[in-house]
Amino acid sequence: MPRTEKTLRTPLTTESVTQLDAGDHVLISGPMYTGRDAAHARLMGVLECGEEPPIPMDGHVIYYCGPAPTPPGRAIGSAGPTTSYRMDAFAPELYALGIKGTIGKGDRGLEVRQACKDHCAVYLVAVGGAGALLAQCVRSAEIVAYEDLGPEAVRLLEVAQFPAIVAYDCHGESVFAGDKPL
Amino acid sequence: MRDIEPAVITQTVARLCQTANYELPHDVRQALERARHGETAAVACDVLDQLLQNADIAREQRIALCQDCGVAVLFAEIGSDAHINGDLYQAIDEGVRIGYAEGFLRKSMVRDPLLRDTNTGDNTPAVVHIKLVAGDGLKLTLAPKGGGSENMSAVWMMVPAEGRQGVVSRIVERVCQAGGKPCPPLILGVGLGGTMEKAALMAKEALLRNVGRPSDIPEVAELEAELLEAVNATGVGPMGLGGATTALAVHVERHPCHIASLPLALNVQCHAARHVSVAL
Repeated sequence: MPRTEKTLRTPLTTESVTQLDAGDHVLISGPMYTGRDAAHARLMGVLECGEEPPIPMDGHVIYYCGPAPTPPGRAIGSAGPTTSYRMDAFAPELYALGIKGTIGKGDRGLEVRQACKDHCAVYLVAVGGAGALLAQCVRSAEIVAYEDLGPEAVRLLEVAQFPAIVAYDCHGESVFAGDKPL
Repeated sequence: MRDIEPAVITQTVARLCQTANYELPHDVRQALERARHGETAAVACDVLDQLLQNADIAREQRIALCQDCGVAVLFAEIGSDAHINGDLYQAIDEGVRIGYAEGFLRKSMVRDPLLRDTNTGDNTPAVVHIKLVAGDGLKLTLAPKGGGSENMSAVWMMVPAEGRQGVVSRIVERVCQAGGKPCPPLILGVGLGGTMEKAALMAKEALLRNVGRPSDIPEVAELEAELLEAVNATGVGPMGLGGATTALAVHVERHPCHIASLPLALNVQCHAARHVSVAL
């Protein structure tokens, strides 16, 4: 049975997020920011001090990715998702501050699913290990913060038709078997 | 006695780093294709389609299969009549340094496991396992190992009375707990017996086998088949999103052990089962 793919533009809006259901296949176009363990730790430090974060929050999407170095003539090196649960400590607060989507792989703690419901946001999964395929969806990439972190620097990506699946929607539903609706 | 120059080792390792990261082994690709044919759920089919496409793109365009180019795990089988004309470990590390730099592969090693503030910058040091064999050759096998799957691995010092049932239930439970985190479909390397560290090493060596080739020992092959069926019955599926294939294969290596012990090691391998060998 053919499945439909929903086009999703970033930054996300309340309207676009509420139309998503867990299990939906989406093709994302627009900006997204990369960040994983070390960048999140720094970001939270900045926010705790009441300073301006280096990336905009409102409606934006964070992609948990530390890409491989960029070969000549390409926008980015291999760029698949890393495992999301390591960023669980940070996600609820970022959702509260206006981030509307995170992209990674694997299931996450209940507090993340709850935060998606509380703040009208989503968690999406991309295919782990499909780094070469996903890199092809990145039109441009530039480091915007924490350059010293190398692969873990925060990058602004412009993506086109980036495939992902809605794992947690804003209605309390989850794509993972065994998760009861919130 | 045959002399082997460190420079040849370095050049070989540098090449292996790139081949391993760009070219999914044929037996792994075939196993993913078989898995694809065995799936009916739309999500599972989509995941496997992306992985097969990814393998083709990586090979054709010489870009890393996965951005996690892993720890450089290297197995060296040294012939007793081979003489390495220098420092083997330095030669290997220099190969990793060159291979990861020239191949646009990610450098993912931190110097201090606790402070974690200094990346070694060149993906060294390699983790090297050495075996002495007959002959005058040197066989090098590079098996880059990503962090996601490695993090879901485990060693248990079981009570012998837990027996076969205990082995099966611990492995199945671990796979369920891991869910999508280690990027299923998986290959499970199991070390049974030995000592704590021997079991762990056997579990990793088990991952080098051709996918699904059973053990030569009939009762071990039976255990492999039982484990594979039990793991796939969990329904965890590709990327933990549900499906018929949670594991492509289970490989068990067995060793005699202490009368009071039952060591069990599980090395979880993701679908990017990268390994490549050269005999010098």
